[in-house]
Amino acid sequence: MNITQQVVNAIWLGGVYSLFALGYALVFSILGVLNLAHSAVFMWGAFIGLVMVTQFSFSVWLAIPVAMLGAGLIGVLLDAVAFAPLRRRNAPRIAQLISSIGAAILLVNIAQLIFGTQPQRFPLGSIPTDTIEGLPFRITPIQIIILLVSVALMALLQYMVIRTRAGQAMRAVAFNQRVASLLGVNVSGIFRMTFFLAGALAGAAGVLYGLAYNSMTPFMGDQVALKGLTVIVLGGMGNIQGAVVGGFVVAALEVFSIANGGSNYRDAFVFTLLFLILLFRPQGLVGQKEHTRA
Amino acid sequence: MEFLRSIGITEIVMQFMLINAILGLSMYLVLYTGMFSLANAGFMSIGAYTGVILTQNFNQPLWVGLIGGMVVAGVLAVPIGLPVLRLKDIYLAIATIGFGEVVRILILNFDTLAGSITGESVRLTRGALGITGIPKITETWHLLAFLVVTGFIMIRLHRSRFGRAMAAVRQDEPAAANMGINVVYTKNMVFIMSAVLAAAAGVLKAHLTRTISPGDYGFDQAVSILAFAVLGGTSTWVGPLVGGFVLTALPEILRDFKQYRGIVNGSILLLVIVYLPGGMVNPAGWSQMWARLRGKKQGDTLTTEVS
Repeated sequence: MNITQQVVNAIWLGGVYSLFALGYALVFSILGVLNLAHSAVFMWGAFIGLVMVTQFSFSVWLAIPVAMLGAGLIGVLLDAVAFAPLRRRNAPRIAQLISSIGAAILLVNIAQLIFGTQPQRFPLGSIPTDTIEGLPFRITPIQIIILLVSVALMALLQYMVIRTRAGQAMRAVAFNQRVASLLGVNVSGIFRMTFFLAGALAGAAGVLYGLAYNSMTPFMGDQVALKGLTVIVLGGMGNIQGAVVGGFVVAALEVFSIANGGSNYRDAFVFTLLFLILLFRPQGLVGQKEHTRA
Repeated sequence: MEFLRSIGITEIVMQFMLINAILGLSMYLVLYTGMFSLANAGFMSIGAYTGVILTQNFNQPLWVGLIGGMVVAGVLAVPIGLPVLRLKDIYLAIATIGFGEVVRILILNFDTLAGSITGESVRLTRGALGITGIPKITETWHLLAFLVVTGFIMIRLHRSRFGRAMAAVRQDEPAAANMGINVVYTKNMVFIMSAVLAAAAGVLKAHLTRTISPGDYGFDQAVSILAFAVLGGTSTWVGPLVGGFVLTALPEILRDFKQYRGIVNGSILLLVIVYLPGGMVNPAGWSQMWARLRGKKQGDTLTTEVS
């Protein structure tokens, strides 16, 4: 087993996982709800990217921002259909979880009607597949791009949340909705923006995941949905930096269990970890103890 | 009967309706106690595999398989429930989703795992392909009898001290504890009962479908079970029953629109949770919606929602 190679694999895969899980974490931190339709938005992002490349012969670079925009709009739609009505009624968080499951079923089935169930690929030649020579490990340009794009997007998100006025408003709403709205923050606008950002991140992750494995089906979200949950549990629900760290931890766990011949059990390792973290460290690996913990 | 058959509800569909009603009831028990557990699909698979191995590998009759599956699931629910039920709402949901996946993967790899421990070749769960060629020995009257007994237990339960304790734990856990209710005991007992019911449904269903594989009991199954209970409504035990019936029968009645099946299911789930928060069997919810439709001003909300 080549340790360097495994580390490299874990790093680029971790980038995708973190990017995906950031959307979960963002929505959870600001609205306090778990959006299980996030993986369906991820899948739609991948398909929007694919359609841009195959139908409109966009280059892959241009397809990523378009997919982000499209997936972000799907996120806003999701908020309007599945979350906003329940929020208005002050429904319990679990009701919003269930409505997000309904929305996920709907989104996956619409995709199935449009795109069929056969795996689809990016056309040959649209993505570079040769490995880069002269390095002690195998890496393709696409994997480097995946890592760069995901790190850039994470940095951008971090900057936005910490430094900009919109980010400040988001944090205020996360801290206390009522006080924020009294201070003139447009709370429902912030919610919409959160869903847009989460959707855009999922869309980017979807295209990158699609590029990495070059096989897309309407069910591709299932592969990452539960891993994304593990990531945010690991990072402490709704903790943005935690989600980034968690993504790399989960990817490393997965890559190393495959490399050690445990590919049949790799998901079992991931979910056992999920279980243990929830039981013993519900605030996540990097989080502080909360007063209202699980 | 002729009419039912003409709209697509044949005997086998009716049998599935009964099984899904049992599953809905197993979900109802945990929801009624205020626990959002998605572990039922996992317990269903434990029951199904135990039951089928008993009837197939050990040539036992169906009732032995049924009781065996229920006992194994009930016993396994203890070590799972004790730590996990300390968690609440979303956290409990995530942990039980994780449990379901671990069960699925363990059953998938059970033969190789057991083989490597005992040193002999084991052929019990048969991996991803699952067990095929199970005889179809579940009869409609088995299901009806089981459901009647379960319904009777539900009625008795609600009138018992324990049933009141369940409701109290859902409404306010600290207050219930202050009243002298053993919250941990109540939650774990309900979790075990729910697991036993799900396992029974698993055994009975396995002897109807004739094949089982680990993939049948994944997250999708967990969500369907949840949907039976939520759509039917969890304010009374009749709700999940109706939810199980309707959600099984509806796709068959609408079989001409087969490709839209998932879209219909997703939309129903979404519409019910948004517009009928108490589920289909919830008089207060209906009258409230009626009032809203007639443009009356809404009073205080009285609907019981899943908490």
